[in-house]
Amino acid sequence: MIRKFGLLRWLAVVVLLAPFAFAQGGELHFCLKSEPKTFNPVLVEDDSSEVVRYLTGGVLVRINRQTQQLEPELATSWKITNSGRTITFNLRHGLYFSDGTPFSAEDVAYTMTQLMDPKLHSVTGDMFRSAQGTVQMNVLSPDRISITFPAAVAGLDKLFDQVAIMSAKSPRKEMAVLGPFYIADYKPGSYVYLRKNNNYWKKDAHGRQLPLLDAVKLDIQPNRDIELMRFKRGELDLIPALDSDYFNKLAEAEPGEVRDAGPSLDSDQMWFNQVQTAPIPDYKKAWFRSEQFRQAISMAINRADLCRIVFAGHAQPAVGPTSPANRFWFNSKLKPYPFDQQGALNRLAAAGFKFQNGVLRDSAGNAVEFSIVTNSSSKPRERMATMIQQDLSHIGIKVNVVVLDFPSLIERITEKFNYEAALLGFINDDLDPNSQMNVWLSSAENHQWNPVQKTPATAWEAEVDKLMREQASTADAHKRKVAWDRVQEIVYEQQPFIYLENKDALSAVSHNVANAEPVVLRPQTYWNIDELYLRNNGTHEGGK
Amino acid sequence: MKRIRQFACVLLLVVTVASLGASVFAPANYATQFRDELPNAAPSRSHWLGTDDLGRDRFSRVLYGTRVSLLLAPAAALLSTLLAALIGALAGYLGGTWEKIAMTGADLFLSLPWLFLLLMVRAMLPLNVSAFTSVTVTFFLLGLLGWAASARVVCSGAKAIRNSDFVLLARASGVSRARLLLRHVLPNLKPVLLAQFWISIPIFILSEANLGILGLGVAEPLPSWGSLLRELESYANFSNEYWRLVPLVLLVITVTSFQLILSRDEVSA
Repeated sequence: MIRKFGLLRWLAVVVLLAPFAFAQGGELHFCLKSEPKTFNPVLVEDDSSEVVRYLTGGVLVRINRQTQQLEPELATSWKITNSGRTITFNLRHGLYFSDGTPFSAEDVAYTMTQLMDPKLHSVTGDMFRSAQGTVQMNVLSPDRISITFPAAVAGLDKLFDQVAIMSAKSPRKEMAVLGPFYIADYKPGSYVYLRKNNNYWKKDAHGRQLPLLDAVKLDIQPNRDIELMRFKRGELDLIPALDSDYFNKLAEAEPGEVRDAGPSLDSDQMWFNQVQTAPIPDYKKAWFRSEQFRQAISMAINRADLCRIVFAGHAQPAVGPTSPANRFWFNSKLKPYPFDQQGALNRLAAAGFKFQNGVLRDSAGNAVEFSIVTNSSSKPRERMATMIQQDLSHIGIKVNVVVLDFPSLIERITEKFNYEAALLGFINDDLDPNSQMNVWLSSAENHQWNPVQKTPATAWEAEVDKLMREQASTADAHKRKVAWDRVQEIVYEQQPFIYLENKDALSAVSHNVANAEPVVLRPQTYWNIDELYLRNNGTHEGGK
Repeated sequence: MKRIRQFACVLLLVVTVASLGASVFAPANYATQFRDELPNAAPSRSHWLGTDDLGRDRFSRVLYGTRVSLLLAPAAALLSTLLAALIGALAGYLGGTWEKIAMTGADLFLSLPWLFLLLMVRAMLPLNVSAFTSVTVTFFLLGLLGWAASARVVCSGAKAIRNSDFVLLARASGVSRARLLLRHVLPNLKPVLLAQFWISIPIFILSEANLGILGLGVAEPLPSWGSLLRELESYANFSNEYWRLVPLVLLVITVTSFQLILSRDEVSA
């Protein structure tokens, strides 16, 4: 009797779990914020095209968005040699593109040739350009290829995370893909429809053919309000990125469907104009070049309040150019600048400033007043500038907040240098500090406080230049980490950028979506797209 | 209809008095951020209309914002009406080539995308100006750019007067051109000018509100109806918090009141 009951119980468990164990399929719906500009993976520059590339492209290696470790995909193994100049991939055997064309090392060589073609101006290709010269592809066998660059490329293997392999022989060109989905339909201004790639090579731990979903429908929808309402109505399954206002509104209505994955790689920062030729008074330039002045400003800003009020608690005070979310590259010895207005006044006093009758004056008697420019399209930045205005008023500094349309703002900060302080942000997709070369080299255009210097203006900028070149020229991860840690320390001391916050990676995922585990790295919600499926057999409450 | 107009006058008077007495009626300074209390708080005894996204008292900001918009919109309307009177009256009175030049200029101004023009001009202004200067400049620009439509109306009015019998008689009596314009033409254009002035006020209030919604209106922390209406740019923000609609209600009341008062002037004109 006991045995019979046990058998029945097992049968019941199997019957109950069967739909979950073998559940798969469905059509996942979410929105693109704009029209994708291209479906050619080599030419991708915009976010929407990047989404399509991620969902359709097969790559040699993939950064696991959860562990932040590099994992094999189309390549089973790889080796970097020749002091970081050469990488050799061993490829999987017997794979096919979505149209049935076989995959081989020739396709990798073809993709790299396309990527490095100077006529195509590929942004993805630019990441591999370490020096002048040609890239040599050596097809060693159908399953083995070695690629040699003219100079060492820092973090070389990780860069292949963004290289979607194209077919050299397929008549469908870039529309033949190795990723989990292929583009089945595209209606400009309306949607991109992706269908399951039956030739996809991957299987899950249970041996099931991936992807589990049948299709993904990407609706082109620039309006965030409509996106939110459609999600609430059950017409959408994901909102890949939410701002804190929408997050809280949605949390009130659907508390189980919003996800805060913690601080992201993105940051907002403020900086002072230190350009020698800037059309601003000399005494102001002297303030902005004073290390103690910048440190004092940094100390007088209440970052905790910025995070609590502007981002409704969904942000963390920032430390420097690398977010704590970047587990390997973040210098964990550094802590956010403490909010200490008395300490700020002491530092200003040491630099010759006097705080009298509620007004801060420099040694020549000039009242300290400056403007902060920011862009009109970002409400959080405008709010932060207004809060900084109040914080700095407590140490006698008058701040004028100026909101400009983006083109006017860019013209002021990159061409005319007619501004005093600016508040903008960085959207960071790359874990590797090498992606920040265009910011930290004193000769770089994005060295925003004093760009395109012929020789470094200060000793600390010269040291940062040296360290950045050092980390870029070696493949030794430990040496690179030591150099980048020191750069973070210098930036922390000098405060050329006053980092304010790292906002959290916020998203919304319907209860209907199984296996979703949002993370901080993009794409936060569907990084494991091939393992996602819909629980209710792929139907949407609001209909299609 | 007369009662409705009287009611509109009373409403406008109440709004104006409340905004002018903002420093007396407002429970807090418009810029003070009550950071320890929650931002976007619901109405309470200490904050009648709750707080905004930075924890500032919304009722105080509405009062001060009303003051800014209600004082400066008529000032901008006055400027644009004066410009329209000058250009339109001269063009209509002189006629011929002068009229063609003036009206071509007006057409050109009307065909310009004024919002972009305003953005461009505003971007060229110095950055280090106080919030009050910034708002004054914004309305000054609105006034400076808003003359064209009114000038066309004034021009046609002036043309009608130029061809009237009493002007012909005055001219035959040897009255000089300047005296004719100042003593005979302009005083007779008064009803048209008044109508244009009243029409322009709500237009400028709405223009500033449009600029505010784009984030390019009055500089922080000074409030205006435009900056207050920015809270409504997202449906999610006010779907359950109807007290946030107060600035919109005030704007509708004021603009409607102006229109009702205007309808009387139009009749008398």
